[in-house]
Amino acid sequence: MVVWTDFERATIADIFSKLDYEAVGGATLARCLIVYPWTQRYFGNFGNLYNAAAIMGNPMIAKHGTTILHGLDRAVKNMDNIKATYAELSVLHSEKLHVDPDNFKLLSDCLTIVVAAQLGKAFSGEVQAAFQKFLSVVVSALGKQYH
Amino acid sequence: MSLSDKDKTAVKALWGKISKSADVVGAEALGRMLVVYPQTKTYFAHWPDMSPGSEPVKAHGKKVMGGLTLAVSKIDDLKAGLLELSEQHAFTLRVDPANFKILSHCILVELATIFPKEFTPEAHLSYDKFFTAVALALAERYR
Repeated sequence: MVVWTDFERATIADIFSKLDYEAVGGATLARCLIVYPWTQRYFGNFGNLYNAAAIMGNPMIAKHGTTILHGLDRAVKNMDNIKATYAELSVLHSEKLHVDPDNFKLLSDCLTIVVAAQLGKAFSGEVQAAFQKFLSVVVSALGKQYH
Repeated sequence: MSLSDKDKTAVKALWGKISKSADVVGAEALGRMLVVYPQTKTYFAHWPDMSPGSEPVKAHGKKVMGGLTLAVSKIDDLKAGLLELSEQHAFTLRVDPANFKILSHCILVELATIFPKEFTPEAHLSYDKFFTAVALALAERYR
């Protein structure tokens, strides 16, 4: 059972309330595909990923980024039950999508950077710690059903 | 994953901007690391104050940024350029090299907060590669 402090709950809720899921989702996925190009292996039929400009302008990537952020939203709304909330998604990522779970950390690092850029000074060490704790619980839950 | 000419150009270009507030960037990144990754505090137990913004953190952040400025200047041969620093980290400080990745991440986050427009995905890519290369050079003399 993950124990969340009041500060952590408030911080996570606050951060996500400030995010434009479309903009942040698209920017995060694009950044991941650019900074860690091997992650492009999962997006073979997403069109032009030839260079950074193409990736950042790719509408399929933007749309998928939004899907990912909405997926995270489910964890935000079920913070006391993330493992159960993500059981199906975990099976999906393992058995249908065949995503190496190490990639979840890469994407979550990119989300941290995108959120940091948006919040600026407000993204203090304490806020970052809460955000990264949340993401590490998400990452762990997504990897739970792999076997 | 060695540094291309494009990476080196990108690193030097943004470092020009960063070096103007190097002390602040270093202090903030270090302070951030001590809060987000409390296990890193084990290396600084001899400091009277490990809180963000404290004198020891500020002084040490400045030192770290000095080392990175050196690395930027030696970007064409980091192994040779950072040999002395590697020996210091290996034999005197004995910092577990896993922590290089941790501090690198905190510096990247700090760059994103201070330079949101300049820290594009491409700049992020080049800096991630640069810090990885620096970490490798720093670990050179460990064993």
